[in-house]
Parts: sequence; C-alpha cells; structure tokens
Amino acid sequence: MAKIKYIEHNGKEHIVEVQNGLTVMEGAVQNDIPGIDADCGGSMSCATCHVYVKEDWYNKLPKKEMGEDDMLDQAYEPNTNSRLSCQIMVSDDLDGLSVYMPEKQV
Amino acid sequence: MIKTDVVIVGAGPTGLFCAHQLGIIGLKCEIVDNLDKIGGQCIELYPDKPIYDIPAVPECTGEELTNNLVEQIKPFNFKFHLNDRVQELKKENDNWIIKTTNRKEFHAPNVVIAGGVGSFEPRKFPTKSAEKFDGTSVLYSIKDKTIFKDKSVAIFGGGDSALDWAIELSNTSKVSLIHRRDEFRGAHASVQKIKELSEKNIINLFTKYSIKDVKGNGSLEEVEIKSEDGESKILKADYVLGFFGLIMQLGPIAEWGLNLDKKVIPVNTENFETNKKGIFAIGDICTYPGKLKLILSGFHEGALAARGCFKYARPNEKYRFEFTTASSTIKDRLGVK
Repeated sequence: MAKIKYIEHNGKEHIVEVQNGLTVMEGAVQNDIPGIDADCGGSMSCATCHVYVKEDWYNKLPKKEMGEDDMLDQAYEPNTNSRLSCQIMVSDDLDGLSVYMPEKQV
Repeated sequence: MIKTDVVIVGAGPTGLFCAHQLGIIGLKCEIVDNLDKIGGQCIELYPDKPIYDIPAVPECTGEELTNNLVEQIKPFNFKFHLNDRVQELKKENDNWIIKTTNRKEFHAPNVVIAGGVGSFEPRKFPTKSAEKFDGTSVLYSIKDKTIFKDKSVAIFGGGDSALDWAIELSNTSKVSLIHRRDEFRGAHASVQKIKELSEKNIINLFTKYSIKDVKGNGSLEEVEIKSEDGESKILKADYVLGFFGLIMQLGPIAEWGLNLDKKVIPVNTENFETNKKGIFAIGDICTYPGKLKLILSGFHEGALAARGCFKYARPNEKYRFEFTTASSTIKDRLGVK
C-alpha cells in the first residue's frame, strides 16, 4: 500500500491509498481522479497517462523499460521528468510519491 | 445514397466480427472507418505485438488477427469505406440517415458503433500559434511532396514518419529535424542515414529540442525551438511538419444525442442497444456493469447486437437461432457445401 498524491495541472491535489501491484495509472482511474485518460487501458500504446515526477522521486522509481520513451515522444509536452503512469507499479517503496499531471493528455 | 440493413462504424476486430454475425443471420452491412486500413487499434497501435487471449488462438499478432477476421467475412462481400468518418446521424421514419466526411450517405434502420476509443487523428503541436497555420503551412501528413521543393522545412518527431520524410525531403528542400531526445524510435538504417546527412550538413539536426512558437505575417516565416534548459533558437521555415503519431478522439460520436459516461456509451447487455432505438454500441466504446475491454468481449457483444439489428431490419420476420454446423441456409450464405 502506498499513499500517492496526484496533482492536477491547476494545482488541485488528490491523495489516495493505492494497493501494491496496481499501477499509478490504475490508482487514478479507479479513484476517478481527472487528468489521466489511459485510453489504451495500460498497454503502453497511447501516452495518455503521462505524468511528471520531480527528480527526488524520479530517480527512486524503477527505470523505464524499452518502449516507454518511444511512447513518451508522442505525449503532450514531455520532458526529462516524464513517465507513463501505467508503467509505474505501486509498492510500499512508493509511499509518499507525488505525480504532476500535464495541462492535458492529447 | 446506399441502402443497407446496418452501418458499422469502425473496422476493428469487434466491428469485423459483428459484420460476420450479420452475414450469418442474413443481413447486409457497410463498414466505415476513419483509418486508411482495416483493423482498428490492432493494426494502428500494435500490428506486431502478440495477443494471448483470443479464445482458441494461443498467440497471434494484431495484424494476423485482422487478416483472419477479414478472411472470415469474405463470403459476404461487405463493402468497406475507409479514410472516411461518419459525421452525422439523423432519424427519418424507421431509418437512420448516416452522412460521412466524404459526403457518402447511407440509409439503414441500424447503426452499430464499434468505434474503439474514437477515431484516430494526428497528434498536434501544443503551441497555440500553430493552429493559425494548421492545414496550410503546419502539417501533420503529406499529400503532395512537391510543395516543399526549394523550401525550408522543419520536421518534428523521432519515429519512422519523421525520419523517412526528413530523408526524402532533404533531396529537394532545406530540412531541419527536431526531436526531444537523442534517441530515435525509427528504423536503425534511417537513424544512420539521418546522422550521415547531418554530418554532411544536408540536414540540420536538433536533438533535445521541442517547439516553442511559430511566427509569420500571413504566411509562416520561422519556428522557435527550445531546449530543456530553456535556451531557444529561431529557424527559418516555410513549412512545419509534426509527426507524433495518432491519438484517439471521440469526435462526432459525442454529438449524436447518445448517453455518454465520460468517453464511453452505456448500453443494455441484452442486445447492446444505446438509449437511441436502432443504435448499438459494442467493443471498447460501450460500457455496462462488469464490462471488460477485451477483444473477446467485443465479439460476444457484436453477436448479440447483430440479433438486435435483425428486429429492425426484418420487422415482419421472426429471428430463428441456428448453428453454423447444422444450418444449410447459413452454409449457403457462407458459400460452403
């Protein structure tokens, strides 16, 4: 279980507890948090669950696997802090993680 | 004007199998899809990725699945209308009048929406200023490459479309290629070629840059790009091309008066009809308690929606359930003995 803070582009914060084994994307979708669309349902083929993670946490997350950066190329305003939230698996280690949403997903 | 029993919106696996079921029960249909090819997400998003959860098919790719579904409906000779999008739905007596972007018109008592997450549209630049030039000098696809001859062209993106066009246009245009990181996802040979052309100064390559602004009085004159640490550069550009893949947009479906729950359409699970009589929704675009976004669920939904269509297409006939193994009528329809 990890407490995750989802921060909308307008600054509105949502803190939810997400079960281990779910992804950060699923944590948002299951709790009706706006700003993460996840059109493809988590198959890493749409880039609409794009989030920014600040350096402190970014470096602690498991590294990106092959293909994630390719999809991020197609995201809305990606930068070096970008991740696809469907590729971040929740575990106890992620307790306290904050993710920032882009202005929009497409 | 084309009269038919059913218009299917979307040529993905769900739409294709629904067409099969319509053929089996003796109905006609026409299939419309915004993409230039059959297969929907399977062909656009993951043609080479293996799928492991199609019943009785241990493993197949999106492309193989599509080819098999197309093969399965061949006996019925249904017509596909690709590169076209259903724009407008209107009820007239017992028929729906269906109008497309390419000005085709269908009359049918039934419409089956098998539209996935919507139609695929090119992903556009985030910059507001790019909208002003959209379609004239800011482009997301190329129809006629001769317009770029002897012009300055700024190409954004790191995939095959961006690389291929950069290489191709560098023969006759002054090309800049801009990509947000050092690595490219395009084919290895194209990446090598780009590096070679960049070393020879035939292509201006800017990696770790993205678009900031486009400028011009009337016509486009320059594009401003920014690096991650905020440094910006101005490039002369007559055309700006963006190749960021496709996104799915619900598009005109949102305007047909259907109940919507976020981006999906609630249906009943008896025949997958929506709140509008004669309009059905199946596959990823429909929702109901327990909905799974699996291809196999879409097949089931299509089979039931096809029976739902029967009642409006043949109001004076009673639908009779038959097995393909036993029915001689169905075998005739399939052209087998």
